[in-house]
Amino acid sequence: MSKKSLSMFDPALVAPAIVESVKKLDPRVQWRNPVMFVVYTGSILTTILFVQAITGKGEAPTGFILAITLWLWFTVLFANFAEALAEGRSKAQAAALRGMKKTVIAKQLEGTKYGAKHFPVPASDLVKGNIVLVEAGDVVPMDGQVIEGVATVDESAITGESAPVIRESGGDFSAVTGGTRVLSDWIVVKVTANPGETFLDRMIAMVEGAKRQKTPNEIALTILLVALTIVFLGVTVTLLPFSIFSVAAVGAGSPITITVLIALLVCLIPTTIGGLLSAIGIAGMSRMMQANVIATSGRAVEAAGDVDILLLDKTGTITLGNRQASQFIPARHVTAAQLADAAQLSSLADETPEGRSIVVLAKQQFNLRERDVHALNASFVHFSAQTRMSGVDLKTDAGEKKLRKGSAEAIRKHIEALGGAFPDEVQQAVDTVARRGSTPLVVAENNKVLGIIELKDIVKGGIKERFAEMRRMGIKTVMITGDNRLTAAAIAAEAGVDDFLAEATPEAKLALIREYQSQGRLVAMTGDGTNDAPALAQADVAVAMNSGTQAAKEAGNMVDLDSNPTKLIEVVETGKQMLMTRGSLTTFSVANDIAKYFAIIPAAFIATYPQLSALNIMQLASPNSAVLSAVIFNALIIVVLIPLALKGVKYRALGASVLLRRNLLVYGLGGIVVPFIGIKAIDLALVALGMT
Amino acid sequence: MSYLTQMLGLAVQNFLSAASGIVVVIALIRGLARHSMNTIGNVWVDLTRVTLFILLPISFVLALALVSQGAIQSFDAYQEATTLDVTSYETAKLDADGQSVMDEQGNAVTETVTTQTQTLPMAPLASQLAIKMLGTNGGGIFNVNSSHPYENPTPLSNFLQMLAIFLIPAALCYTFGRMVGDTRQGWAVLATMLLLFLPFAIGAMYFEQQGHPAIAALGVDQSASAWQAGGNMEGKETRFGIADSGLFAAITTAASCGAVNSMHESYTPLGGMMPMALMQLGEVVFGGVGTGLYGMLVFALLAVFISGLMIGRTPEYLGKKIEAYDMKMISVAILVTPLLVLAGTAIAVVSPSGTASIFNPGTHGFSEVYYAFTSAGNNNGSAFAGLSANVPFYNVMLAIAMWFGRFGVIVPVLAIAGSLAAKKRIAATPGTMPTHGPLFVILLASTVILVGALNYVPGLALGPIAEHLTFISAY
Repeated sequence: MSKKSLSMFDPALVAPAIVESVKKLDPRVQWRNPVMFVVYTGSILTTILFVQAITGKGEAPTGFILAITLWLWFTVLFANFAEALAEGRSKAQAAALRGMKKTVIAKQLEGTKYGAKHFPVPASDLVKGNIVLVEAGDVVPMDGQVIEGVATVDESAITGESAPVIRESGGDFSAVTGGTRVLSDWIVVKVTANPGETFLDRMIAMVEGAKRQKTPNEIALTILLVALTIVFLGVTVTLLPFSIFSVAAVGAGSPITITVLIALLVCLIPTTIGGLLSAIGIAGMSRMMQANVIATSGRAVEAAGDVDILLLDKTGTITLGNRQASQFIPARHVTAAQLADAAQLSSLADETPEGRSIVVLAKQQFNLRERDVHALNASFVHFSAQTRMSGVDLKTDAGEKKLRKGSAEAIRKHIEALGGAFPDEVQQAVDTVARRGSTPLVVAENNKVLGIIELKDIVKGGIKERFAEMRRMGIKTVMITGDNRLTAAAIAAEAGVDDFLAEATPEAKLALIREYQSQGRLVAMTGDGTNDAPALAQADVAVAMNSGTQAAKEAGNMVDLDSNPTKLIEVVETGKQMLMTRGSLTTFSVANDIAKYFAIIPAAFIATYPQLSALNIMQLASPNSAVLSAVIFNALIIVVLIPLALKGVKYRALGASVLLRRNLLVYGLGGIVVPFIGIKAIDLALVALGMT
Repeated sequence: MSYLTQMLGLAVQNFLSAASGIVVVIALIRGLARHSMNTIGNVWVDLTRVTLFILLPISFVLALALVSQGAIQSFDAYQEATTLDVTSYETAKLDADGQSVMDEQGNAVTETVTTQTQTLPMAPLASQLAIKMLGTNGGGIFNVNSSHPYENPTPLSNFLQMLAIFLIPAALCYTFGRMVGDTRQGWAVLATMLLLFLPFAIGAMYFEQQGHPAIAALGVDQSASAWQAGGNMEGKETRFGIADSGLFAAITTAASCGAVNSMHESYTPLGGMMPMALMQLGEVVFGGVGTGLYGMLVFALLAVFISGLMIGRTPEYLGKKIEAYDMKMISVAILVTPLLVLAGTAIAVVSPSGTASIFNPGTHGFSEVYYAFTSAGNNNGSAFAGLSANVPFYNVMLAIAMWFGRFGVIVPVLAIAGSLAAKKRIAATPGTMPTHGPLFVILLASTVILVGALNYVPGLALGPIAEHLTFISAY
């Protein structure tokens, strides 16, 4: 996917957005947003009043009605523009995705085995269950599962990750995505999606917003906004009779005009949030896309904001995938250098990351260089499941030297078979190392134990701070590992997680999630394997790794294209950000009304009660300029807040109270103060332009 | 009304109306306290318990205490008393159907009546009085209500009556805390009510103590001195003075009681605005028995909704998520009353039968109507008595406002209760917004003020505020 992020007001986005905002004046589009529909209706009404005014019987000065009318239309257009701009960004992303959907001719197999005859079929004709052959250089025609073969696949088009990945039948790496390219070898793929339902299709549909449904909180908020609109409709409509009565009672002035009433209504109803609401939602999904996460629904993203338990796999998420040698612990009468030497020799042919890390450590600590394997006249013994040891046999002048390394039990069996004894102090050291959360490897020369290599799980840098941040947000982190309790406890302490589940089985994971949920908590987890699927399905927010199996991806409600388990944390933040932006703008919008009352109420009734000028605390020039300034402010604030709506309110990992106090101060108090300044400034500008 | 009607009809209603308010709030609290349940209690059980175990015993004790102060309790016949002064007053002339008679200009015709006798019912009053206050019902046996010496004889009885009004509404906050298993929640709600109440009570006393500019212009000394309490004493009992009258006015309007010991109509514009505004906050500042707390809890749900979004979580109150359905019901509960008040006032001020009953011209006349609908819509019952409300137009209009103002709120509140009871309870974490600290108290108070202000400020600007500013510029 294209990672290019367009700047907020890129001309390439703005121009179509302007066209789009005019197109959105269609009443059927406006109807979907109740708040803006009221503004829309108001605009039409004032337009009619304007036409009435130019034909001679205006209820107010023609120029005034015209100015109000124009700015009401601008209000509608600005809201449309915000939505169009947000959609434009998504559309750019969708276009990039669609570019990947090339017409591919697939090789459909007649049988289910490699070697069966194949015939060409357009990829768009493939349905679920078809078997296709994909060879080196071919594009995978549809989403599917590898049922035979192994191949390297370039998935950079989907994930942006340039390193090719291995896909093979069986196991957790059997899923292939349509649009990716096989680089080497061949695979037989069983198609798992019908045309239009593939991963790519779902992504495109989602970013285009075609399937974008309102999230639960968005619906609840819309109800509140409609309620506020009804309140203000009641307030403004009843002001007309109030005004008629007052005028009759005092015998001065004239009743409030419809134009001013409509202006007042539009200023009071929450147009700021109403106009930006859908833009916020679209922008939220679009941010997830930029983070390379595909959510099946906005609901899932929103739910992520509520999560209070994060289940994280130890390996790959909390620790680096591999253990590394961290220390040589020699047995009695053996020096560390001797041990390191033996350990290095026994690991020279060990190509596992652990083996390599032993060689590296020996070099670092004792400056032992790699040796010429042939000169040593060595024969290497590779690790086998039976012996559970690896090592090397050296023929030296002093006879044959058998160097072995392996788990404590394996070495004990080995040396006891050779007539040696396993020293107690080594056994104690083994236990100590295990308690630390590390893995002890014992090294033996013939029937003598030389000492222990400590293999340590390396906790990822910065992860501890990340968890501390989560804790401040009120999110509990739980580490899941297959290790024994001792090891798990040690790593959990080092990584700073709140809790851990050791010796985890799929059933234990599922049980743990259910337990948390019964306590009323929302659980998020990441997973990739088929055995994760039940837990993923049970979790409230489940992020499946794109590298994972089809089962895992279907069970989850999000797929992380980068297969980076730490991404869950970003997902949570995005979810929270979406809600915060909505809440903050609602508060801002409602708080604005105080200043607008002070601008419009004195202006509307000053002719009847000149004393009400005492309420004109902003000292606005004239009643007409006061009303117009409020309307203009109301329209312009939408434009000013578009960047905030698209980027989202900045999320900080703080406790609820601190966060609330902060946002209340900025958006609540700010919402009260800003319009006083803004309306006054616009009024001054209107006076300067001679438009009073 | 006969003594029998008073005792069988009104006293029973006084008890039941109070009990039903409590029953509704208990149902709502159960909705918050329970989880994953389908029921929120049995109305008959609750009604019986509330009446039998709470209202009756307290009323009994209170009635005795009031009798000890001199409140009457007898079945004697009405007494005719000759007054010292000859009283003459103007009243709207009514035709045979009880309609106001109109002159050619459409203004109501008034006639002057003089009298030197007063009829005094010797009613079983103390027993009515106790539940009138305790149940925040407010309808007294005497027209002048608690300013009558039989009904409110001493400063102590005055104090007891004020105490009785706030007793149950305040105590229910603690009940709420206990029932949800966290008394801090109850204290927070109580603190919010107090925070809202104080400025209005102090305001009512302060503005009255300042005196009335129009009276000052007549050369009347309104300053406080050793010989008089000073201030605007029109429509107030000299026995109570400014402080007790102002405080009583604030309490009775805060608590949707409606009993009065002074005439709110005669308050200064801003002094009179305080009781009006207290009602317009939705009768949630202590409020009626039960009604006040459920109103406040609905506001709490609203406050939590917006602030919950602001911290990036699905809003929740006491572990219950607030979702679309709840939001719908919250909106209805909060919308109904203001719309009734505004629509009622709007119809009244432009229809001839509505304007006919208005006693004072201009801004004050507007205030009379506005106050009447505010009082009816919020189930208060006090009035700016200059408005002749006992005409078919106002009887019908105010009855509609009263009926919908009460049941239009109760129905959505019970719907919220049921919906909340069925939800799971979410565990509290550091990421949950605490609803018991000072921040929440301020937030809740601001929400109440904001909703009230946004609804009623334009009307207040045309009524009391304009009237006040007129007086300032005139004198």
